[in-house]
Amino acid sequence: MSEVEAAVATISVLVDNSPGVLVRVAGLIRRRGVNIHSLSVGPTENPAISRMTIVVDTPPERTEQFAKQLRKLVEVRRATAVDGAATVDRELALVKVNATPGTRMEIMEIANVFRASVVDLTDRTMTLEVTGKGEKIDAILSLLAKHGIREVARTGQVTLVRGAQAT
Amino acid sequence: MARQIEAAPGRRALRARTMTGAQILVEALRREGVEIIFGHPGGASLPIYDALYDAKDIRHILVRHEQVAAHAAVGYARASGRVGVCTATSGPGATNLVTGITDAMMDSIPIVAITGQVPRPVIGNDAFQEADVTGVTMPITKWNHLVLEVGDVAPSVQRAFYLARTGRPGPVLVDLPRDVLQESAVPAFLDGIPVPGYRPVLDGNPRQIAAAAELLATATRPVIYAGGGVISAGASAELTALAERTGIPVTLTLMGKGAMDETHPLCLGMLGMHGSVYANYAVHEADVILAVGVRFDDRVTGRLRDFAPRARFIHIDIDPAEIGKNKPAHIPIVGDASRVLAALASQVRAPQIDGWWAQINTWRRRYPFRYRQGEATVSAQYVCDQLNRITGGEAVVTTDVGQHQMWMAQWYRPRGPRRFISSGGLGVMGFGFPAALGAKFACPESLVVAVVGDGGFQMTMQDLSTAVEYRMALPIIVLNNGALGMVRQWQTFFYRDRRSASILRNPDFARVAEAFGARGIRVERPEQVEPALRSALAVEDGPVVVDIRCDPEENCLPMIPSGQSVAEMIIDE
Repeated sequence: MSEVEAAVATISVLVDNSPGVLVRVAGLIRRRGVNIHSLSVGPTENPAISRMTIVVDTPPERTEQFAKQLRKLVEVRRATAVDGAATVDRELALVKVNATPGTRMEIMEIANVFRASVVDLTDRTMTLEVTGKGEKIDAILSLLAKHGIREVARTGQVTLVRGAQAT
Repeated sequence: MARQIEAAPGRRALRARTMTGAQILVEALRREGVEIIFGHPGGASLPIYDALYDAKDIRHILVRHEQVAAHAAVGYARASGRVGVCTATSGPGATNLVTGITDAMMDSIPIVAITGQVPRPVIGNDAFQEADVTGVTMPITKWNHLVLEVGDVAPSVQRAFYLARTGRPGPVLVDLPRDVLQESAVPAFLDGIPVPGYRPVLDGNPRQIAAAAELLATATRPVIYAGGGVISAGASAELTALAERTGIPVTLTLMGKGAMDETHPLCLGMLGMHGSVYANYAVHEADVILAVGVRFDDRVTGRLRDFAPRARFIHIDIDPAEIGKNKPAHIPIVGDASRVLAALASQVRAPQIDGWWAQINTWRRRYPFRYRQGEATVSAQYVCDQLNRITGGEAVVTTDVGQHQMWMAQWYRPRGPRRFISSGGLGVMGFGFPAALGAKFACPESLVVAVVGDGGFQMTMQDLSTAVEYRMALPIIVLNNGALGMVRQWQTFFYRDRRSASILRNPDFARVAEAFGARGIRVERPEQVEPALRSALAVEDGPVVVDIRCDPEENCLPMIPSGQSVAEMIIDE
């Protein structure tokens, strides 16, 4: 089961790689007054098609209507509301945190627990790379907070349905 | 030209000459069967006009405002069932099309808008008369496209027409930079149109259709609720056949007016905010509703949870996203209305509904539409009633938006589809007269009548010039009550009669008509109405404006106030 909050829905959308398609999809969501929690886009195994994983702030009973409206866009090949299916959800974050020689070890320990890797180090900062579900990233961020987080870059969620079934 | 290329492959090399982008555009329009384009030229679209100069088989109708071009394309499409075409230059020309394109989107009308764009090198530089029109029209088109290569002109136009007329019809816009129109290439037309993400479903699911047939056969208080989708699918015959086979009453939306002959005894006419009391009561009490080609618009349903509260819904629509959008469907059927209704009619058994009809007929007798025509002032409803009698419901009637629109919807009983053309979803004032222009060009042999209000007519009446120029036999009936009547009515009912900005100081419309070179008739007394209508409808060589001074205090009833239910209906008794 995907562990998203009740009022948040994940929709996976396959789109033609054509100019303006991101604006069309985002505009359709905006027009309904719905906030986008995260939206990630990247090419698929077919370079003519991209996948968007969209997490929107909408109650579950409206999610299928959302997917139907998305399917009406000519550039949309497929739109699936994946909540309820068994899914793999991942997000990547880069976290730049204050780190002195005295606090490095403690931060490394936190990183180890979360299987985060250190990707940059200076005498005053450390940058960690962490992947996982959104909650996991939230958790490491809350532990790092006391050291002083300088910057965070998160990719937003990407999702695939488990097993042979297509997303 | 290009057709000959295909016919004589041996001469292909000789014939496959280069053309400019604009010439390719014109050839592409020709291949789509376009005979008429409504438009207004400008700098960015000049190459198109230069190409049209040589195209003797495609008429260009010069309108005086681009908004009129878009509404005329809609009127043409709605009267004929074909794709309407309008064109404008970049920037202000293109943005002036926006209202008409939105109207087409809301009412699912197939039009193709061709716009000029500034040359590619200056796109995005805030060039003279530049507007990002594909950006502007993204939410109001079924599809739009900025053509960036001359080789893409022909495929874009092919795709535009295909998308406009198939599935749920709608507006499509193709934006063409001037330098693309000027560049030369050998035109390359596609044999098929690849749109991988677009596959309209036409045949309904047989199991669902069987379930629907069973539900209808066992219903005790069934109602068919039919809309514009029946007209765009050409499903009037199938709808009538289903009604006759089952004896189930049919009520129509504003967009569905004429989907069934409205003088048919099974037809209850229009439902909704200003629909008949009996149609609304029937829907309210129904146990099964067969909704076909409708979108459960708020002007029909009022408060959603109180709409047909005891009914089970069968919903037929070609657009899957309409099903369950506003009201959950117990039996959803995605498909083309004519195919699904035909399949349904072939297997449904007639339900036992004599008692239901007795109830409906009691309501019908108790609550007919009514008006009072005294001796002094003209009732606008009387004019609508007369127009219905004189034309026998056979004329193509267009309206603007407001009280007169609802009165025409109540009193005009079209004998078939494509005879009542009105801006339903967007509710555009200024629509009626341009739509009549388009309808008359589409059906020159038919009687086309524009019925407009004094407010709406003033928004687009400059195009009387166009009607005069083409010597169009076009009666324009102005139901002139010296007010923005519906606004005034709402102020009366809901704002303690505080008439803020709703009273109009009008020109003398008959004299305005004469200044444009049209004929003008002024009517002030009830006994003048019928002779004036008859003489206006008889004129064959030009437009006639009939300025009918109507009762300024008349209200449009019955009325279900916005967002309320049948229980709150205001009835004229």
